[in-house]
Amino acid sequence: MKKQNRAANVFITFFLSILSLLFLVPIFVVILNSFKGKFYISKSPFTWPSGDTFAGTANYVNGIVKSGFTNAIGYSFFITIASVLVIVLFSSMTAWYITRRKGKISSMIYYLFVFSMIVPFQMVMYSTVRVANILHLDTPVGIVVLYLGFGSGLAVFIFSGFVKAIPLEIEEAASIDGCGPIQTFFLIIIPLLKPTAITVSILQAMWIWNDYLLPYLVIGNKYKTIPVAVQGVLTGSYGDKDMGALMAMLVLAILPIVVFYLIGQKSIIKGVIAGAVKG
Amino acid sequence: MPVTIVGEQDEKSHSPTIFREEKQMQKMLKKYFPVFVLPTLIAFAIAFVVPFVMGVSLSFAKFTVITKLNWVGFDNYIKIFTINDDFTNALWFTVKFTIVSVITVNILAFALAKLLTRGIKGTNLFRTVFFMPNLIGGIVLGYIWQILINGILMKFGVTLTFDAKYGFWGLVILMNWQMIGYMMVIYIAGLQNIPDDLLEAAAIDGASPWQMLRKVTLPLVMPSITICTFLTLSNSFKLFDQNLALTGGAPMRQTTMLALDIYDTFYGRTGFQGVGQAKAVIFFLIVGLIAYVQLRVSRSREVEG
Repeated sequence: MKKQNRAANVFITFFLSILSLLFLVPIFVVILNSFKGKFYISKSPFTWPSGDTFAGTANYVNGIVKSGFTNAIGYSFFITIASVLVIVLFSSMTAWYITRRKGKISSMIYYLFVFSMIVPFQMVMYSTVRVANILHLDTPVGIVVLYLGFGSGLAVFIFSGFVKAIPLEIEEAASIDGCGPIQTFFLIIIPLLKPTAITVSILQAMWIWNDYLLPYLVIGNKYKTIPVAVQGVLTGSYGDKDMGALMAMLVLAILPIVVFYLIGQKSIIKGVIAGAVKG
Repeated sequence: MPVTIVGEQDEKSHSPTIFREEKQMQKMLKKYFPVFVLPTLIAFAIAFVVPFVMGVSLSFAKFTVITKLNWVGFDNYIKIFTINDDFTNALWFTVKFTIVSVITVNILAFALAKLLTRGIKGTNLFRTVFFMPNLIGGIVLGYIWQILINGILMKFGVTLTFDAKYGFWGLVILMNWQMIGYMMVIYIAGLQNIPDDLLEAAAIDGASPWQMLRKVTLPLVMPSITICTFLTLSNSFKLFDQNLALTGGAPMRQTTMLALDIYDTFYGRTGFQGVGQAKAVIFFLIVGLIAYVQLRVSRSREVEG
């Protein structure tokens, strides 16, 4: 029985190794092609770049220069980081408040947040863009307000779940010691919410970093985030369709994600599971 | 910490104080509503509440600019089905895609989770690799697979947009590549919660591996199965970025899914914004129904448990 198990495990390890390689093939092919001349990519995507087909770093130069990709990276980083910070701060404050201050208004706000989680973006797409234009939120700073609005549903929902688990006695003791609500929240609640804040940050960062429609529709003309810039390459905003530049941009788009993943793998997987189970 | 002192003292003699404290806290909190809730609430109103209400009303209007509304009742809803078959085609394509994706993603993810909970060497590395595609955004994923699938199809003298079936299976493969790792980690968490002695007891009683899977493992991971099914269901149904980047709906709008069809109706033709909004309302109602069913299913399971 044991021997059989070991043989089976060797076979499974072998099988999973092959499958892992297959999983990585798409990314490998993109990296490979990012070093090939732009006319060879569609013709022979699976050949090694060599001689004529080898383009060196030309694609990277084209991709970065033509599409203003350095700006895109900057906008993506700014919008993602600013939005995540704002969402975590304000949503946790709101979640704590509406969980602690019981009443009709609190529960109405809570259910409104929960409701917003199931509404698909297309439902509000057109009107949100209009409202954003009217209020002049069509800047990288303004879009952070929209992300707070869209992100607060899930964030308040997750934070509320954890605030409920914090025993009330802690806050009562703080209030006896003379802490007001602001001190109580920032000195006592925030440290307790840290693991939850990490979960929320990861979920929101993944969504905002990869989001395409909202930045495209609201600020896409002037400020292109990475997904918007990538989509723009082939839709002809710069004349010819430069496959080489696209490949280079795909590699550059994946790179920060892979680095982020390798650094925070454990918390990312944990956060995603927690988010899934909650949502 | 003062906490423990309060907690350890005789409850009876202190309950009035705690009660008073509680009341005082509620009173004090009242003043802080603008600090704690208002910022989020304003952003939420701008991004969601106002646009949602606007969206519902606009579905009953004909307009090209939002300031000139012409109320037309249910006209937009009727037009969805009478003007062309775009919406119904997109709906069927989406339903077919969703069914195939939910089944394939969940079976493969569960199988991988099962293999990765046997304690074999390299488990962490495999998990890392399988989960990674989940972090890559839909637009980027779409282009990666466009290159890949076109490269393979070229050998047969066709392209991805030659026939709708290529686009369909392309989307299914893409969805599997992206979602398998995500669902797999949820299944792994579920499988790890099964107590070992339960499986051992079943093995001692002479249960075959197949019986163990059906009678012990599957019932115990039912909560994970529910979560994963609905996650893949709603993600597949709402798919947009991947659809836009992989085929853009080609050929002849035959691979257009619901979200993309709504987008095209809004921005592709002037004068059809009202129809687009009506489509969006129907889309929302279907997604809402899925969420409602999920809530009922998980609630009834909680009651049983």
